[in-house]
Amino acid sequence: MAKAVNYAALKKGGFMRQKQKGYFSLRLQVTGGNLTAENIKAVADVAQRYGKGYVHMTSRQGIEIPFIFIDDIDEVKEKLAEGGVKPGVCGPRVRTVTACQGSQVCPSGCIDTTILAQELSERYFGRELPHKFKFGVTGCVNNCLKAEENDFGVKGAMKVSFDDSKCIHCKVCVKACRAGALSLDENRNVIKNDALCNHCGRCVKSCSSGAWSGTPAYLASFGGLFGNSIYKGEQLLPLIEDRDTLFRVADATIAFFAANANPGERFRATLQRLGEEEFRKAIQEAYNGGN
Amino acid sequence: MAEIKADETVDVTHLVCPNTFVKAKVVLDELDEGQILAVRLNDGEPAQNVPRSLKEEGHQILSLDENGDGTYTLYVKKVGD
Repeated sequence: MAKAVNYAALKKGGFMRQKQKGYFSLRLQVTGGNLTAENIKAVADVAQRYGKGYVHMTSRQGIEIPFIFIDDIDEVKEKLAEGGVKPGVCGPRVRTVTACQGSQVCPSGCIDTTILAQELSERYFGRELPHKFKFGVTGCVNNCLKAEENDFGVKGAMKVSFDDSKCIHCKVCVKACRAGALSLDENRNVIKNDALCNHCGRCVKSCSSGAWSGTPAYLASFGGLFGNSIYKGEQLLPLIEDRDTLFRVADATIAFFAANANPGERFRATLQRLGEEEFRKAIQEAYNGGN
Repeated sequence: MAEIKADETVDVTHLVCPNTFVKAKVVLDELDEGQILAVRLNDGEPAQNVPRSLKEEGHQILSLDENGDGTYTLYVKKVGD
């Protein structure tokens, strides 16, 4: 007699049913797009022994190993675990947290995206919700990781300050600023228009004399979608200046989605159905320090 | 501010990024520590990015002057050998 197969449990554990009967494509957990050499060796071994000798790179930095036969699933999980590789998730829960390389590697990076992606993943990965929920972390306004495609996008930014006494009046920052927020007065002193500043930190990155300095900060976007319908996540809060505030806002967002979404309803659809006001209130409260 | 006197000049207005930066870097490599290079750059990406790239190489940016003809002159002092 054929074994009863719990497809929902398999899907939850990253095994996605293929067209080919009895075969699954196994999605792996790849946080922030990073895998160690040891991880990759384990993945290669499994693909060779149990799959068809190849892997598929997903659109969200994940890896899937196709053509895993149902009877091999437990063994495959074991082999992967030995190499430190965990299965991913599918279905209505928090998915892989994606990230660019960020300030640890990239000259343009304003925030340490790798650590932030790991922290977000530790806190939320796999959490059961009414529908899928995606986090993405990009290190700066260049937005290589496309923050606004995600239900919750984080973009690295900087809270900048200017020390007049160190300025050598070279004018590089005025040119480097793409937001048009900087200008010079008649004495070649730098003037900043705060209303135009987009917190990109290019003034800090370009400053040769140390007059501009900055601390890592975050711009959050909410309700992005890039599937059946397309919607750009919206930045509904001002600059988030510290990690604790970011996590309070993320907690409030997840809690709002969990409490208000219908089953099978993406976050954007929830916001459209309810109107954004209530959600704005919830995240503003979290931003201000409330719970 | 006193006029800056360059020891060497290079025009990169016929190049595109990243060759603008590469050319400036190659010319800087030939200079002695403390000497000043004047780099003529086009407005836009080169004027926005080349100063920062040279700074990240460890050189000292002195000034970015608009020439009034759609180009800029970047004065940079060589730091290190």
